[in-house]
Amino acid sequence: MPVELHYGDDHLQAILDRVRRIAMVGASPLWNRPSSFAMKYLQAKGYRVIPVNPNAAGQDILGERCYARLAEVPGRIDMVDIFRSSDEAGPIVDEAIALKAEKSIEVVWMQLGVRDDAAAERARAAGLEVVMDRCPKIEYGRLHNELSWGGFNSRVISSKRRRVRIA
Amino acid sequence: MTERTKEDDPAPAPDGYGFETRMIHAGTPPEPITGARQTPIYQNTSYVFHDVDHAASLFNLQTFGFIYSRLTNPTVAALEERIASLEDGRGATCCASGHAAQVLAFFALMEPGDEFVASNRLYGGSITQFGKTFKKFGWQCRFVDVDDPANVRRAIGPKCKAVFVESLANPGGVVSDLEPLAAIAHEAGVPLVVDNTLATPYLCQPFDWGADIVVHSTTKFLSGNGTTVGGCVVDKGTFDWTRNDKFPALAQPEPAYHGLTFTETFGDMAFTTHQHAVGLRDLGATMAPMNAFQTLLGIETLSLRMERHCANALAVARFLEAHDAVAWVSCAALESSPYHALARKYLPRGAGAVFTFGVTGGYEAGVKVVEGCNLLSHLANIGDTRSLILHPASTTHRQLSDAQRAAAGAGPEVIRLSVGLETVDDIVDDLDQALRHAAAT
Repeated sequence: MPVELHYGDDHLQAILDRVRRIAMVGASPLWNRPSSFAMKYLQAKGYRVIPVNPNAAGQDILGERCYARLAEVPGRIDMVDIFRSSDEAGPIVDEAIALKAEKSIEVVWMQLGVRDDAAAERARAAGLEVVMDRCPKIEYGRLHNELSWGGFNSRVISSKRRRVRIA
Repeated sequence: MTERTKEDDPAPAPDGYGFETRMIHAGTPPEPITGARQTPIYQNTSYVFHDVDHAASLFNLQTFGFIYSRLTNPTVAALEERIASLEDGRGATCCASGHAAQVLAFFALMEPGDEFVASNRLYGGSITQFGKTFKKFGWQCRFVDVDDPANVRRAIGPKCKAVFVESLANPGGVVSDLEPLAAIAHEAGVPLVVDNTLATPYLCQPFDWGADIVVHSTTKFLSGNGTTVGGCVVDKGTFDWTRNDKFPALAQPEPAYHGLTFTETFGDMAFTTHQHAVGLRDLGATMAPMNAFQTLLGIETLSLRMERHCANALAVARFLEAHDAVAWVSCAALESSPYHALARKYLPRGAGAVFTFGVTGGYEAGVKVVEGCNLLSHLANIGDTRSLILHPASTTHRQLSDAQRAAAGAGPEVIRLSVGLETVDDIVDDLDQALRHAAAT
């Protein structure tokens, strides 16, 4: 059994506060796939999510042009979100490492159920932050009390009044 | 201060909060708009959408949020998170009663024609629900004596979808041996479902012993004051519903949500999401917000109440054990109980406050003792601050056959007590005078 992964709430919150542009590798054009759920949610929270998927390259997914590879994504990428299986994650991580300087990549995030410890080690050695086996949608929802709305155990306990923007 | 921005963060602080802290704080941060510290009672049916797209996202389960209080409500959600936290589960679903919780839990697991195995010593209301009413859904319950776990193994057939026991049984002072029962259930590829009502998460943590789903009647010790009927289903979040083809509701595409598969889309949140989005949506046995609020208030003092409940119950049990008019006492807290060793293992902080005793003089004497009490209340509930007394054979277990009553520990001479928080000498004195009165007439 691999070691259990621990990410502090402050650490995850800092990543979610900092990144604005997310390249989602494995984003599906089908609206009822999990990646589509996550992409739509993150868009609603103000993130720019650029889909990357060779099988859907050139199509529009949730209003964003889809690219075949990370290298083709125009402009900056703050975070690479990997929506592929664990055994396909390694080469995507290596691509992110190779593009780190060019695209100003800071974070590689592997989705819930996706984990490659060796690739994570290479990314960290290259100066990237790594999160594995977590979903940014679930973590965003958890840290902003929204997961609690569904009866879930957020493991967040606080006596602080959360600052909310009242539209 | 240690660096907490690295991913090798040794232990995220919130996981480290103790039980008492979580029973007061879990699920209930300050309300962010007004700063209200106590949880507001969201006494409303429905919630405004930002726009049509937001509404679509909510109906498609693509985002978190509220649509309609039959499915979710902020006050009820606060209680759900609190109970999930105290049981150390992934999520919880509150509903109208403990009986509703059992329907809801099995609704996700069972198809028509399926079976499950349950203890034959369950609370009488559960035996009737499982044995009679569930048949109308095409669900078959096979009752066995779970004291010998081999009985459970023998009763599990190919259509079996769950094993169901009470951690501490009502009313008999019976403790289930959860660890081997969980192993047998898992061997058969099905979850162990545990009714943790009498123990509460303060006394017993079923998930630590292999249980996969916990159900509660929150009416009892959780709300604690005899004010509020409610139920809850808690999912640990670790059972693999995709490991076999037994659980199509969770692991196969759901037509009502455009072919979405709950396990694929929601991962370890699949069960609880299904309980709300399909179970409560279509069964409709929702908990009211006011009930959730009162139960939240009750849970704030759970540990203090359970400690005193257990201490009073042990004193009353010892008194009864030495009483001339008492034939036997079935209380797992007593060294004389055959379940004492299991109680020490699974309920180390105390064996609860509900137990039975037998009066010499049978049915007639039982009725007289119950009717002779002036402080203990004669009523069909347990887990109140008040001490409660009941003669199961003439009330809660009336629907059962003689054999079922005997198996459930509810024979003609049996009296059930739910020992409350009054001055313990007063509880003892009231029982003493009622027993003497019954013996003398």
